[in-house]
Amino acid sequence: MDKRRQSAVKVLKEIKDGSTIMISGFGEAGVPNTLLSQLKDLHPTNLTIVVNSVTRPHSLPHALIEANMVSKVITTSARGRGKGLSKFEEKLREGEVELECLPQGTFSERIRAGGAGIPAFFTPVGYGTKLGEGKETRNIQGKDCVLEEALTGDFALISANKADRFGNVNFSYTQMNFGPIMATACTTTIVEARLLLEEPLPHSHIQLPSVYVDYLIESEETDHGS
Amino acid sequence: MGLDKSQIAWRAAQDLKNGSVVNLGLGTPVLVSNFVESSRDIFFQSENGILGVGPEATQKAANPDLVDAGSRKVTLIPGASIFDSAASFAMIRGGHVDVTILGAFEVSVSGDLANWDSGAADKAPLVGGAMDLAVSAKTTWVLMQHNTKDNKSRLVKDCSLPLTAKNCVERIYTDIAVIDVTSDGFLARELIPSVSEEELRNRTSGNIKLASDCCVLNAPNITS
Repeated sequence: MDKRRQSAVKVLKEIKDGSTIMISGFGEAGVPNTLLSQLKDLHPTNLTIVVNSVTRPHSLPHALIEANMVSKVITTSARGRGKGLSKFEEKLREGEVELECLPQGTFSERIRAGGAGIPAFFTPVGYGTKLGEGKETRNIQGKDCVLEEALTGDFALISANKADRFGNVNFSYTQMNFGPIMATACTTTIVEARLLLEEPLPHSHIQLPSVYVDYLIESEETDHGS
Repeated sequence: MGLDKSQIAWRAAQDLKNGSVVNLGLGTPVLVSNFVESSRDIFFQSENGILGVGPEATQKAANPDLVDAGSRKVTLIPGASIFDSAASFAMIRGGHVDVTILGAFEVSVSGDLANWDSGAADKAPLVGGAMDLAVSAKTTWVLMQHNTKDNKSRLVKDCSLPLTAKNCVERIYTDIAVIDVTSDGFLARELIPSVSEEELRNRTSGNIKLASDCCVLNAPNITS
């Protein structure tokens, strides 16, 4: 078995217009920049992107929106940095892009549920707030809760440190963030890693098991060690 | 003159119990870690997946893969661990974080918190982990200026801005006072010497009383 691929473009071409794409990363750690820059050139449109943050105007997740490729954003952090409006905020105001803003724990748990075969769950987080409006509610064990449905996607784009040819993946420090759960929640997972190995990773280094990974691409980023 | 941001953070740091797990919000709260000696065995949790955040990294030691939730390049303390976002929020939502210290726009007499949506026109929302932390941590403290720039009270009867969570704030550290949220309204525990009880009342909307054992709020001069 060998999930390593030479060409990111060939793999990313599978992403059709209208796909839902999950993108790993928290701050600048774990953003799949190699895959995103190639995807931007391929320019599929009408995408739904599931990404923790689109606050940075110069980041590649934001660039996909700026390039008119995105029709819906599911995120925890949509506000652009600074007082002026980001391109995303302008598009939001013009109604060109739809936004679903979620508490970060709801965001990650909905993705986890999506990968774990749990259709929905109740949580007190968001109850009685603007982000809980319109959601089904129930009092459970004395706590008012909202119902949150699982999130799944067509493609997960993940950034990692090392991967072996079987698709086992190792992350460097906080590069991990949403990678392992997004990989479980999507039909096809593409991982870019700094080091692609012929030999299997030591078992105890594997933080994302091969079953969740479909393709491996070499990242253009440099190694920061783990 | 009231306390500056570092002094507010210093004051909150004095109340943390040794050995506790603490999550610090962006802005003033993150300064709290500057005033906690390592011998106290306090573990700072960062919602991007760290238990045991150490001091900010020097430029030479900075690793772009090792950041906290505020995107600062950080270090790890001995005994630290790293995990994915679902595990991090299970830690938060499962009530395994002892104290969350957050910034705020407004706190109501019943402990409602508004800290995620300033209501600025056309600016998109940013909630991050604020709701999860406020609802789920064992204790929620707020660090904020007592009044806005145009002298409105940030302690209010009812929040006017969108809520983060209801009934969650237990203690507020401001530039002039340390205040508990009680079933009987705001209760000032400490007050800086230059502010009288009357001035405190005038600068606070919502019912506030002085505790019978209300102390003088003092903080050392801090040069940062």
